[in-house]
Amino acid sequence: MLKIALIIAFVLMTIAQLLNLYRLFKGPSLPDRILALDTMYINALALFVLLGIYFDTATYFEAALIIAVMGFISTVATSKYLMRGDIVE
Amino acid sequence: MIVVEILVSIFLICGGFFALAGSIGLFRLRDFFTRLHGPTKATTLGVGCLAIASAIYFTFHKEGISLHEVLITLFLFITAPVSAHFLAKAARHQRLHEDKDQPGA
Amino acid sequence: MTGNRLIPHPLMTIALIILWLLLNNSFAFGHILLGAFLGIAIPWFTNRFWPERPRICKRRLFFRFFFGTFLYDVIVANLNVVRLILQPDIGKLQPKFIRIPLDTDDPLVISILANVISMTPGTVSTEITEDKKTLIVHGLNVPDEQAAIAEIKSRYEATLKEIFTC
Repeated sequence: MLKIALIIAFVLMTIAQLLNLYRLFKGPSLPDRILALDTMYINALALFVLLGIYFDTATYFEAALIIAVMGFISTVATSKYLMRGDIVE
Repeated sequence: MIVVEILVSIFLICGGFFALAGSIGLFRLRDFFTRLHGPTKATTLGVGCLAIASAIYFTFHKEGISLHEVLITLFLFITAPVSAHFLAKAARHQRLHEDKDQPGA
Repeated sequence: MTGNRLIPHPLMTIALIILWLLLNNSFAFGHILLGAFLGIAIPWFTNRFWPERPRICKRRLFFRFFFGTFLYDVIVANLNVVRLILQPDIGKLQPKFIRIPLDTDDPLVISILANVISMTPGTVSTEITEDKKTLIVHGLNVPDEQAAIAEIKSRYEATLKEIFTC
């Protein structure tokens, strides 16, 4: 039963990633694309967590945590760049 | 053990559903500021649910408690509003709200 | 909460120890010892970056707010937003910017209020005006502007102000 739930979750997350990808390509504005990229980061992290359960290993946890941190930092940096034209002032 | 499996499955499907709902919001809503609502709320809760499912699974399948997935949930809940605020500020700076008849800054 | 010289930020020390134990996923004695060392050393070295310490005045109210009201609101807000997103006719949504006049000028209260607003019912905080007197919030579906402002002010701002002012 767990296997079926896992596969359903995988399918749902993959569809979500495709919808994010559409928004990333479609735009229309730059903040839209950054938002899509941020959502893709978070969904990729979720896929890593799911893979960890699927393969029954805790190794993927570190990868997921690092993706979470890097995604946050890059979203803040790119939106700051849009606001000010510079990241470190 | 069967109870644990049911619990993990419920969390997994709830998490996937919420994350998908967030992305559907990103896909079909009309302007940037309404699109911002889906990913900040639904996706955060969805991925948080998945991390909690993972924590429950590893606690009962390996020996010893495993709580470090809670860190991911906590981190997402703290950072989601901050990045949403930054994105909204950037969008306001780009004057995305002025083509509507909404009160501007 | 008056910190002494050895442990200048008690709350940060506790948070660091818990973070260290969670990262290592172990509650062994050695990790508690190392975590305690880090929890004391890091605030000590970074003391100059944190000139003022946050003070939680009403602790019971703090716990009741964040683990009761806030958690409940997050779940209800999510179900609400999902329902709004998945409804067949999205043209019926009434998105709107609302301006909330702030009663407080404490930066800590304002930032926590902005974060809480972003996580709860259909609203995302977008900007604080230069003079720190108005918070501009975007609502996903706001049929009644005055009611929304009144709800945010009474449900969150008043409580947060009470928690963080002595």
